[in-house]
This record gives sequence, structure tokens and C-alpha cells, in this order.
Amino acid sequence: MSDYVIETHGLTRYYGGKCVVDTLDLKVPRGSIFGFLGRNGAGKSTTIRMLLGLVEPTRGSATILGHDCQNLPPVARERIGYLAEGHHVYGWMTVGECGRFQSSFYKHWNQSIFDGVVDHFNLDRKAKAGDLSRGQRAGLCLAMTMAPEPELLILDDPALGLDPVARRSLLQSMIYVTRRSDRTILFSSHLLAEVERVADYVAVLDYGVLRASCPLEMFRERVRQFSLRFDGVTPQLPGIPGLLQAFRAAGEISLTIANYDARSEELLRSLQPVAFEEVPLSLEDAFISYLGERGEKSFFLDQAPEKPEALETVAVVDEEKLP
Amino acid sequence: MPLKFSVVTGSPDPVYRQIVEQVRVAIAGGVLQPGEQLPSVRALAELLVVNPNTVARAYNDLTGEGALEARPGKGVFVAQRRQVFAPEERLRRLEAAVQTLVKEVALLGFSDEEIQELLQRELQKLKGGEEQKR
Repeated sequence: MSDYVIETHGLTRYYGGKCVVDTLDLKVPRGSIFGFLGRNGAGKSTTIRMLLGLVEPTRGSATILGHDCQNLPPVARERIGYLAEGHHVYGWMTVGECGRFQSSFYKHWNQSIFDGVVDHFNLDRKAKAGDLSRGQRAGLCLAMTMAPEPELLILDDPALGLDPVARRSLLQSMIYVTRRSDRTILFSSHLLAEVERVADYVAVLDYGVLRASCPLEMFRERVRQFSLRFDGVTPQLPGIPGLLQAFRAAGEISLTIANYDARSEELLRSLQPVAFEEVPLSLEDAFISYLGERGEKSFFLDQAPEKPEALETVAVVDEEKLP
Repeated sequence: MPLKFSVVTGSPDPVYRQIVEQVRVAIAGGVLQPGEQLPSVRALAELLVVNPNTVARAYNDLTGEGALEARPGKGVFVAQRRQVFAPEERLRRLEAAVQTLVKEVALLGFSDEEIQELLQRELQKLKGGEEQKR
């Protein structure tokens, strides 16, 4: 059994002349809760739709549970649960009917899971699905997706439009799924606070390009901010590999750096600051800095950080941005 | 067990470190006694609604520094107190903690005496908590 439930190789998709997903090499480890991050329009949904065989890649290939995505046999589809963006339901059915209808498509259906999730979201089984609130609809969709006990759960922006209580219920359900260690969840999200709670791996997609794919804690450890103070004039900055942001104030330079390592530290210390201090970043700040306005495609946080030569040097600070 | 964990997201402090610190304080304050069992990784993860690996990492770190001990097949327990750090490492940790304190209070304008008094009081509180338990 492969250690990865999803593997893509140079997966690419154009819509007209626009490259939406660009040569994506992504691996999702079995048993992980994998947060798929990126701004709106970064290509997350298109990637997910290609994984499920709903959209054809322009180039490249992908496998899911060991099967080619473009040729998923029903036995493989049964092992995958997909929650589409927007929590669509058949509005004329009741909650109970939705469950029965959905169950008819599956050989394996665990009604107690359906009931558990429905109760967790406080849904009335006799309520019309069309009358449910957004959060309740999400609960119903989740119940229908979880009841077949899929090996791989793919949730496309499941928290979109949910209130805090429904979001928490969603996260609890996700944690519950991983009671079985061979279960994997891939979910896309904008809500960094939630990603921080439940994800153990993250991938960051930006303008269709994979910018990072690594354990969550590694992402945090490798996007760092430092404050350097100087007596008198601040020196010119040398080319610093992985520099994301630089701000200059009187006698002080603040730097955000990706893939920070011993070499970067040496470089910063060689400027001989009188004070050298790390400024801890929240996950959200790290994420925003990482996808900052400079938007280079050059840094890549890899699962194998011991290969620094894979990183390109993006040299000099844009002096215009330094007042 | 009166121990109450809580984690916040969006903080510069990673979730696993928040758990580590809460357990450390609970042990130092006597809220958790040597030999006492901690919730299982799974149970704490579901309680806090965090990834089980995050809790496992926290327990792992605490086991590594000798605060907790894992008994195979039984669970994780508060270890009997013993010093696991080499003297230099112990000193380094104390210095780092004091430096953080000094940085935080530098601009608050308290006199040295006031700071020392408060520090003394907090240390007493820690010891008080321990004695109550005994």
C-alpha cells in the first residue's frame, strides 16, 4: 500500500489561454489531515476536480488511491468522499430522505455515522433540506459524505459561509474521522485559524503554482521574521536568499525570510546589528508574508528541507519599497 | 483532575507549545502530581479540537524533557521529579526565560524592587500550590 493517497505529476490545466494549475507535483500522505491553501482563484478547486476526474488535465497526470484520476473505477470512487464547494442539497427532500437517497448509491453505508453527524449539527430529520441554514446544510452534506466511511475525504472549502458553532462542529467531525489511522482528509480553506487546529500538512497554491508542501509546523518554522537594530545608519542589505519582506525604520530593519537556516543567520549577523531579535509570527502572518505582494514563484518549502540547493536565490530587496 | 487546557489559534505560539507550557505550569504548581495520568492523545485532541499529532508532539516534547513518562500500553503519566538537563542547559533555559521577562517589562517603568517583589510572590505561589497538594 502506497504511503500517499494522492500523487500528481506535472498536473496542468489551462482554461483558454490561462494556466490555472501549473505543473503541479503534489503528494498527500496517508492518514494526514491535509490543508490545501491559497487565495481565491489560486487553482485549488480545479485541482480537486481534476483529482476526481471531473475535469481533464491539459497535461500531466494524477493518481488517487493508486488509480489514474481520469479512469477511476467505481470500486475506487466508493472509497472517496467528496464534499463540493457550496453545500448543494436537493431542496425538496427532507434531511432523512437525503440520507436514504444517498445511501442507495453505496454498497457500504454506516447509518449511525449519518445519524451522529445529523445530531451533532442539531438537524431535524423531517426538515426540508431547502429550508436549512447554511451551517445546517453543511452538516447534512457532511453526514452524507461521511456515512459511506470513505478512506479519503475531499472537502472543498467546507467552512465557507459557516458560523463559528457550525465551523467547530465541522472540525470536530474531521478529528473524529481520523480515529481510524488509515483515513485521510484533504480540505481546502481560507481560515488559517482552523487550518492551524486540524491540519498536520499544508500545501500552498498561488496562481496555479505549488509554493509550499510540508508539515504545518515546518511551514511555521521556516517563515521567520527578524528585527535588526543598528547604531546610526542602517546598512545596505546584501542579497538574502528567501527574503519575503523588508521594512526599514530609523536604525532598524525588519525582515521576513523563507527557508531561514544557518546560512541566512550568518548573513544577517554579518551586518553587525547591535540587536538581533526574532519577532514571532502567527500562522496567518506567516502565510500573508509568504504570499506577499511580491508574489515570486521562487521559494519552495519542501518536505525535504535538507536540500537547500533546490532553492533559488531571489536576491536583492526592491529598493523602491524601502523608504 | 482540575487541569484545564485551552488553546488559542492565530497566536505566534504554536498549539503544541501552548499545550507544553500548560502542562509544565500545572506540574510546577502541583496541579498535576507525579504519577498522575494525563488524558490520552486522542481524548485531549478531541477535547481541544486539534490534530492528534499536535498533542502527540506536545507529549513527546514533555517526555523528552522528563516532565512526563510514557508507560507502554498504559498511557502518559507525570514523571517523578528529577533533573534531566545538564547543568549548562538548565542555566541556559533559566537565562532565556529571564531575558524574555526583562524584555517584556523593560518599558513598563517599574523599579527593580517592584519587579523583584512580584517575582518573589509568583515563586511563592508556585510553592504554595505544591504544599497544599501534599
